[in-house]
Amino acid sequence: MGNSSSMLTQYDLEELQTHCQGIFSQREIVALYERFCALDRTGKGFILSDEFMAVPEFALNPLAERLLRTLEGVNFKEFITLLSAFSARASYEHKVEFIFRVYDSDRNGKVTMYDILEVLRDLSGSFLTDDQRKQVVIQALEEAGFSEDSALTYQDFLEVLNKAGLKMEVEVPVD
Amino acid sequence: MHKLEEPTMTESDAFPAPTSLEKEAQDYGRTFSETDLCRDPLEDLEAYPPAEPIIAEETKLLLSNLLDISPVLTEVASAIIDDSFTRCFKSNPPERWNWNLYLFPLWCLGVVVRYGILFPVRVLLLTAGWIVFLTCFFPVHYCMQDHKLRRKLERDLVVFLFGSFVASWTAVIKYHGPRPSPRQKQVFVANHTSMIDFYVLEQSTAFACIMQKHPGWVGWLQTYALPSVGCISFNRTEAKDRHYVAKRLREHVEDPESNPLLIFPEGTCVNNEYVVMFKKGAFELGCTVCPIAIKYNKIFVDAFWNSRKQSFTQHLIRLMTSWAVVCDVWYMEPQNILPGETSIEFAERVRKLIADRAGIKMVPWDGYLKYQRPSPKLTEKKQQELANAVFRKLEGKLL
Repeated sequence: MGNSSSMLTQYDLEELQTHCQGIFSQREIVALYERFCALDRTGKGFILSDEFMAVPEFALNPLAERLLRTLEGVNFKEFITLLSAFSARASYEHKVEFIFRVYDSDRNGKVTMYDILEVLRDLSGSFLTDDQRKQVVIQALEEAGFSEDSALTYQDFLEVLNKAGLKMEVEVPVD
Repeated sequence: MHKLEEPTMTESDAFPAPTSLEKEAQDYGRTFSETDLCRDPLEDLEAYPPAEPIIAEETKLLLSNLLDISPVLTEVASAIIDDSFTRCFKSNPPERWNWNLYLFPLWCLGVVVRYGILFPVRVLLLTAGWIVFLTCFFPVHYCMQDHKLRRKLERDLVVFLFGSFVASWTAVIKYHGPRPSPRQKQVFVANHTSMIDFYVLEQSTAFACIMQKHPGWVGWLQTYALPSVGCISFNRTEAKDRHYVAKRLREHVEDPESNPLLIFPEGTCVNNEYVVMFKKGAFELGCTVCPIAIKYNKIFVDAFWNSRKQSFTQHLIRLMTSWAVVCDVWYMEPQNILPGETSIEFAERVRKLIADRAGIKMVPWDGYLKYQRPSPKLTEKKQQELANAVFRKLEGKLL
């Protein structure tokens, strides 16, 4: 999988499939590779923040900046690993893990009230005051049996989020 | 981050891409408005929203709703995987032929003919055209005193030059509809695929066109030859240039002697399968708008000029080494702004007419997003929706 070649060999495809635990089919991986090459304008083998932000649909999303911290400089392997959470074949646990990592920005395995407030600030911008946000989060935590000082773990996320209601799927367009 | 004065960006706010939440709401709205009481309710079971789990975790509901950012994440992932804006500028290579013993040698022969015979002949033709143009244009431009005759000759010479360009690609152009004529208070608008759109149109009628300033020999043409037919060049990233253009446009349409005005309202080259949003400038001059639809047939070559991937000269060489450039040009019925219609609505209506005639798809994006980031107002709109959702969940119990 050279940085300037735009062809994936069968060997590459199989390796990539194993890497993402068989979540994507080979056709999907080929389609995603075309997309990766289209985003990586100069053929370096990784995508820069600016290149993601050149997609207007991405740039206008409130969580774009936050996600760029994870997405910046990804090579193709990392690219499909990240996107595998959005496949229909990805498990509930896999999707929740992705959501957990969006909240847990310092990667210490714990999501505190402040982490939740930060994400909520990205989402609601100036349309909610800091006090309003704090009120919502404290109320939500207390109702669910946590406190202001609680640190939620991945297990907590699995229990709290509604398995039936979680819809996080994007179809990869294959030719 | 560029901080530019964006008077013409506001229309992009009117047409944001539909969010998945909006789409979901529309889907449900459609299902629930079917009030056919004779239908078996069990038939519609799938139309109803998924039931809450039987052991409802009521206490965790608010936290669950708060932490569930999956709709927003889905939109991000969707944008990363495929987005309609990038698709507008993708050069789609033609299907590769199935090679076999018979076709491959023929193709090789074709390459030899195209590069070895056609290309040199075409270059000679074009050079001859240029020589004739230059030797006639300068004397006419600088020495002729009779104003009217000079204008006529300049116009004819420019048409001739572009005719030689078009001949140099052996263009097979089919024009449909009545030829444009110089009339007051009219503006021509067309979809844009490459700079050759201008050449294809200019060789049949001497239009006065608004163009982005280019470097090199094109820039030379733009500075010295084209202003004689009334063409206006400007730099799209300069706000004061745009202001100046707006003023010149108004002056131009008032002048009965001026050539028909041609504008490409998309503001950028698109790959001839999509059409991006039109800038409203052409539609608020108080004139009749005459739409022109241009559709290239990819059979021999893709006429899309991907300015990021190749220079205009490389693009022309590619056209000159292909068999032919085939396209259709439709001169369509002139449109006037309807009473009560805003200029943005007028632009959208004309865009739809052009898209339908050329058989291309409309997308709700501003072409200038190729050069700059979307307005923060679009992000703020999403943030407002999400904030409202939080309000609703708390049933207005917020401070």
